[in-house]
Amino acid sequence: MKTSTASASGKASSPTQGQGQEQAREQLSGRRPAPARDQLSGQRSAQAPKQAMGEKPVGQNSFGQKLVRSFLEPLAYLTPFLIGLFIFTVYPFVNVIVISFKQDYQFLTDEFTSFGFKAYEKIFQDPNFINALKNTGLYVLWVVPIAIVISLFFANLLNRKIRFRRWFQTAYFLPMVTSVTAIGLVWKWLYNFDYGLINFVIKSLGGRAINWLNDPAWNFAALVIYGIWSMLPFTIILLLAGLQNVNPQYYTAAKVDGAGSFMIFRRVTLPLLAPTIGLTMIVNIISASKVFSELFPLFNGKPGAAYNLYTIVYYLFDQFYNKWQLDRAAASAVILFLIVGFFTLLQLMIQKKWNRV
Amino acid sequence: MQIRLENLTKNYGKTTAVNDLSVTIEDGHLVSLLGPSGCGKTTVLNMLSGIVPVTSGHIYFDGKDITQMPPEKRNVGLVFQNYSLYPHMTVLENICFPLEIKKIPKKQRIERAKVLADMVRISDLLERRPSELSGGQQQRVAIARALAKEPSILLLDEPLSNLDAKLRVEMREEILRIQRRSQVTTVFVTHDQEEASSISDEMVLLNHGVLQQQGSPRSTYDDPANYFVVDFLGSPPVNKITGQVRDGAFVTEDGALRLALTSLGRGLLRREISGSETFPAVLAIRAESILVPAAQAAISATSVAQATQATPSISAKVSNRYTIGRDELSVLEIGGQTVRAFVSAEYPLADGQDLQISLKKRGVFVFAVESGERLV
Repeated sequence: MKTSTASASGKASSPTQGQGQEQAREQLSGRRPAPARDQLSGQRSAQAPKQAMGEKPVGQNSFGQKLVRSFLEPLAYLTPFLIGLFIFTVYPFVNVIVISFKQDYQFLTDEFTSFGFKAYEKIFQDPNFINALKNTGLYVLWVVPIAIVISLFFANLLNRKIRFRRWFQTAYFLPMVTSVTAIGLVWKWLYNFDYGLINFVIKSLGGRAINWLNDPAWNFAALVIYGIWSMLPFTIILLLAGLQNVNPQYYTAAKVDGAGSFMIFRRVTLPLLAPTIGLTMIVNIISASKVFSELFPLFNGKPGAAYNLYTIVYYLFDQFYNKWQLDRAAASAVILFLIVGFFTLLQLMIQKKWNRV
Repeated sequence: MQIRLENLTKNYGKTTAVNDLSVTIEDGHLVSLLGPSGCGKTTVLNMLSGIVPVTSGHIYFDGKDITQMPPEKRNVGLVFQNYSLYPHMTVLENICFPLEIKKIPKKQRIERAKVLADMVRISDLLERRPSELSGGQQQRVAIARALAKEPSILLLDEPLSNLDAKLRVEMREEILRIQRRSQVTTVFVTHDQEEASSISDEMVLLNHGVLQQQGSPRSTYDDPANYFVVDFLGSPPVNKITGQVRDGAFVTEDGALRLALTSLGRGLLRREISGSETFPAVLAIRAESILVPAAQAAISATSVAQATQATPSISAKVSNRYTIGRDELSVLEIGGQTVRAFVSAEYPLADGQDLQISLKKRGVFVFAVESGERLV
């Protein structure tokens, strides 16, 4: 494409030079050059039709050239990436769906007894899976809104002209680059019944120590608190980016008109931030739906002290890793995909509506 | 409301944005703050609205010192360069918002907004969002929003610079019309001298944060206080011939041109200049103040006599010509320096033609180079 453009522009400025280039190209490629194309407008340049009419290449039709230039050539550039995408994303994705229909699938021998919805029937009869759906749903409902409200507060503070602002911004971002498992272990210590910092604070305030990790009644609360905390950095960063995109002149305008800071927040900041909040919410719902890495270290690899805290991903992991039920693991993965897919579509629709506004 | 600035100064660190500015703006006037970018005009505006605190000096609204008053209590309406309409609100909601802040009942604020929308001619756009409006329409909404709370002062910060040339002319007339109807004291910041002189009652010219001249567009053009003012106002820019003041006359470097100071302009010296005084000077001539022979012949004999009386003939040579609508702009060479003169298209000059020109009394000034002080 590049060479044909060069020859076209060369022609426009000096005909002899252009022809020379054309001849050279002919010798090199052994064929007539393709009609020059105006890259900017995507239309054929003024010279192109003349060339095509006067010197129509023999044995070459324009459709073939078009195919090569606009499809095969770009395809060649993309091939390395597409190979990786296919092997590591497309194939496993399709395969998981296929496996979910193969009853009693054996991974090593590739055998199965029948093809159908058996695995789906079974997981929906499994109380552990129902428990996982319920827990995951509740987890999302608790963690996402609370995390966003807290993040909104901190993002607002970080958006002000405060001392050590950079330092704070880094500090809030730090948990994101720390190993999740390491953090999980720290939280396990924080939740410790006898020596944990949290119980220490509760006790010094005159409360009674809570057995966060071993009392099944408190397991969910422990997971939610840790979940909220681990969601904050990413959420704060997203909201902060959204806040910094708001033209400060809107605040000046509102202030000159006499609006107080709460009024400005409610009527100016919040509506302008709404698209960002919407995006953040969906991203967080998706990531919270996949809760696992918070759960696993907290209860020594068990789903809660009394196996009471299954989540969808934990169920998937359990079916695959402990119970070797590949079809059921795949089926639960498909269910998770449908849930996440639904929210993603929802996000796209909402985003579209906001963009229209 | 009358606005009075008294020794107003603003420092940003070590740089002085506004230096000891004292200006009075009369009630109901439309006044433009004019100057090149960075001259401090927007800073003055922001001090008037209260967004930027004052370093020293005082601001009085109707004699009341409001220097320390917070912005929301000053009752000023502000129109920003990029309009800053709230993108999530409709036109109606935008205009109503200042009233909503004031906790005026919904029915009343919609009523008031509709009156304003009518005044700025956007009644049919009330349900649109700012993104669906053209620049000129956004501008009107911004003005309506600024007027909604019935401000005692309307401040406009380069309100026309985001519009294309044609719309700019249209909108400045609109602003003048709206101002005349609302009678609100208006301060208008611009760097465009044509814009400023076409609509303002008075212009306040600033350079490097220092007041250069305050006056009507006519008086600042015809009677500039100093070299900055004469150079800044007028299109095409005023012609400048460099030379010296020597023996009471303006003399070019090579001595080719020698004109007695009393023969230039109105012939009135601004101060006593002794015969022995010698210093670099500039002869500034407006393009319309040069009379060429064709025009001299065309107009009546008496007025030619009057016009030529002012200065002796000056030898010039035509080096180039441009067509500017009704007139021709001829580039003339005088003693090795070029000047541009408006020549009626009915009597065009020929390229390379030698001719004798004379200068009108009006639009001819002499300035000292160093101080910019006006001598004639």
